[in-house]
Amino acid sequence: MRRPRTMAPIVASMVIVAAVSGMSAFAGDGTPVPHPPRGKGERCVADTGFMRKNHMKMLLHHRTEAVHLGVRTPQYDLNGCVSCHAVEGSDGKPVSFASDRHFCKSCHSYAAVSIDCFECHASRPEVQGKTAFVAPADREVAAIDRYLRDIRP
Amino acid sequence: MSTEPQQALPDRRTMLRGLGGAFATLLAPGVTLYAFGANDAQAQASPKVRWALLIDLGKCPAGCDLCVTACREENGWQGNGRAETDAQWIRKVRLRDARTGQDREVPVMCQHCDKPACVDVCPTGASFKRPDGIVLVDKHICIGCRFCMMACPYKARSFVHEPVTDQKPWAPRGKGTVEGCTLCVHRLDAGRPPACVETCAAKGGGAMLFGDLNDPGSEIAKAVARHAPAQIRSDLGLEPAVRYRNL
Amino acid sequence: MAKLRFQRLERSSPASWAMIGLQVLLLALGLAAALYMEEHGHAVSGMSNQIVWGLPHVFAVFLIVAASGALNVASISSVFDRPAYKPYARLSGLLAIALLVGGLAVLVLDLGRPERLLVAMTTYNFKSIFAWNIYLYSGFVLIVGAYLFAMMDRRASQSTRLGKTMGWIAFGWRLVLTTGTGSIFGFLAAREAYDAAIMAPLFIAASFLYGLAFMVLVLAAANRDAGHELLTADIGKSFRFLLSIFALSLLYFTVVHHLTKLYAGGHRGVEIFLLRDGGIYTLLFWLGQIACGTLLPLGLLAAARDPAAVRRALPRASLLFLIGGLAQMYVVIVGGQAYPLKLFPGFEASSSFFDGVVASYHPSLPEWLLGIGGMALALLQVSLALRLMPFLPEARTADRSPVAA
Repeated sequence: MRRPRTMAPIVASMVIVAAVSGMSAFAGDGTPVPHPPRGKGERCVADTGFMRKNHMKMLLHHRTEAVHLGVRTPQYDLNGCVSCHAVEGSDGKPVSFASDRHFCKSCHSYAAVSIDCFECHASRPEVQGKTAFVAPADREVAAIDRYLRDIRP
Repeated sequence: MSTEPQQALPDRRTMLRGLGGAFATLLAPGVTLYAFGANDAQAQASPKVRWALLIDLGKCPAGCDLCVTACREENGWQGNGRAETDAQWIRKVRLRDARTGQDREVPVMCQHCDKPACVDVCPTGASFKRPDGIVLVDKHICIGCRFCMMACPYKARSFVHEPVTDQKPWAPRGKGTVEGCTLCVHRLDAGRPPACVETCAAKGGGAMLFGDLNDPGSEIAKAVARHAPAQIRSDLGLEPAVRYRNL
Repeated sequence: MAKLRFQRLERSSPASWAMIGLQVLLLALGLAAALYMEEHGHAVSGMSNQIVWGLPHVFAVFLIVAASGALNVASISSVFDRPAYKPYARLSGLLAIALLVGGLAVLVLDLGRPERLLVAMTTYNFKSIFAWNIYLYSGFVLIVGAYLFAMMDRRASQSTRLGKTMGWIAFGWRLVLTTGTGSIFGFLAAREAYDAAIMAPLFIAASFLYGLAFMVLVLAAANRDAGHELLTADIGKSFRFLLSIFALSLLYFTVVHHLTKLYAGGHRGVEIFLLRDGGIYTLLFWLGQIACGTLLPLGLLAAARDPAAVRRALPRASLLFLIGGLAQMYVVIVGGQAYPLKLFPGFEASSSFFDGVVASYHPSLPEWLLGIGGMALALLQVSLALRLMPFLPEARTADRSPVAA
């Protein structure tokens, strides 16, 4: 889950300051953007834009259902993300969240959103490349989208 | 900046919205299940089932710790060589009868009580009982207050005293939260028995019988009816799901 | 009735600045200790899977218990209509809030995941006495805050009914609150040292004593800057009487508690451990709680006959009561856990997980710093508030008010 921050304005201004100083550092290249490594499969659970916007909510819902009710749909499992998006390190093994090249880390350090998922969860797959991933149908993604909109207070 | 900063920031509103979502999940599980492409059949925790263990101490030789090592391997709770703070999900307790001088060893783990004291005292509801009777810690909402450890009569839970890395993907565990035997819930949900039971049957004395107590035809239900096995501290009325023969 | 006037502390002696500086320093050290424990995990504390609540909890529970008792003076003045206590009612409310905040800070900073405090405040398990306490504690701060407003606001304080109503609500709330704190332990059926309904009244008696002792010490410390004797002869006499009564009732509940456990065969083991064989716990009980924390200060108070002697004896006795209180909390909280859980009555148990063994516990430096930091936070709030707002009585009225009654 995300770490609660109650000092949103302060954090926001810190992010802006950091971003501005970052931009000046990369003035020649223009705006710095993260380059999260692509996953291995044909496609993700949903298209990239949808995932960028909603992955945290989907994980939040999946976690509650998986832990409390034993709903184990592999396509929404954090282990699925971790396996499919594993990045090989110099030793040939997948890198952990400690590395800046880790899929989740590469974006989250850019966006300055600290997550504590990997304080408990494994951040790399146990056996490399072993993923039982079935991409859900589009109508399933649409249903999730509708649902996420509905629960928004 | 190319991305939207407001979106990326975990401000209070998104936090609350997230929590609202969590409540919605609890209130209307059917709705979410449907939205997330699942149906009730995919919820492995069925209220019709009551998982239970029957351990026959007559078949549990002293010095054998296969169940303990199997659990440790499966769930990755090997410690840091600090006995007082390292976690133990299952342990063998050696008992000596002072009068007869008789010795025996009892494997003790979370007893998955029907009326668990840890669930009653947990302030956030992180300690909970699944519909099928498995008592778990939802580490997402555990704040690490350790009240459950104060309340548990079995010393079944451990607090994670140090940062953990390279956990098993199916057994998340981390610093600052409380943990204990999950009855290998990840294996159960995939239709396999707990690691301790499997190993004890394959390599040990076959002392552990695992099954659904609610199914009158199951081996465990019959054995429990026949032998009326003991429960640890049954006087407390917590109705543990782990029973012992020849205690 | 003579008009009661209140003052801010305006004079500031070097000693009081040194005091504030010390409080800030200790608070900073406490915060650093909390960060250190959060970063490295509780492995750097002395706590373990055997002693799950340690020194921070001793300080936290001690402060929280004292907080509700600190409200006593205000309650006596408005609920029981004793105008002699009225000059001290404001300080009493302030001290109640400050001690509670100090105690809660320690409790929260000792959590395994303190950053999830928001989770604790939004996800409830209503069956948990801990969850009730979250309401009881935050409600206490709000109610006492409103009570202070009713006492201090120019217009609100005109209405005696408002003050009285708030006084009653706060009084009822503090009784429930301490019952809740005592029941954290009283409800633990699994542990032999606890599992007793008497924990609640015992904690209430303890709160009366600790709260008033804190009150006396704050008054004694504020004397210099107030420019007159805050512990007047009359109030000194009353406090002397109250402290003695409170200490005796705490002693009474303690004796009944231990006798009950001793009498029941099943619980005799833990009693023999605490009272005879427990090493540090036995020592803390007899020497800390009973001798230094009860009998000696009671003797000091009894021996003080004339007003000057009472004035000297009150702070000394109060300090001893508080030391005894910390010792008592240590024996209750840590000693109660050190005695092993009995899973298999009638057998001698042993295991790799310390079954059947008395747990050892050595509080580490970060735990001391965190606990003392909480105490410093409580006192710092008082030191600053006394300088910002008129909580203390002015000389004339303080001397005259008993006569006006």
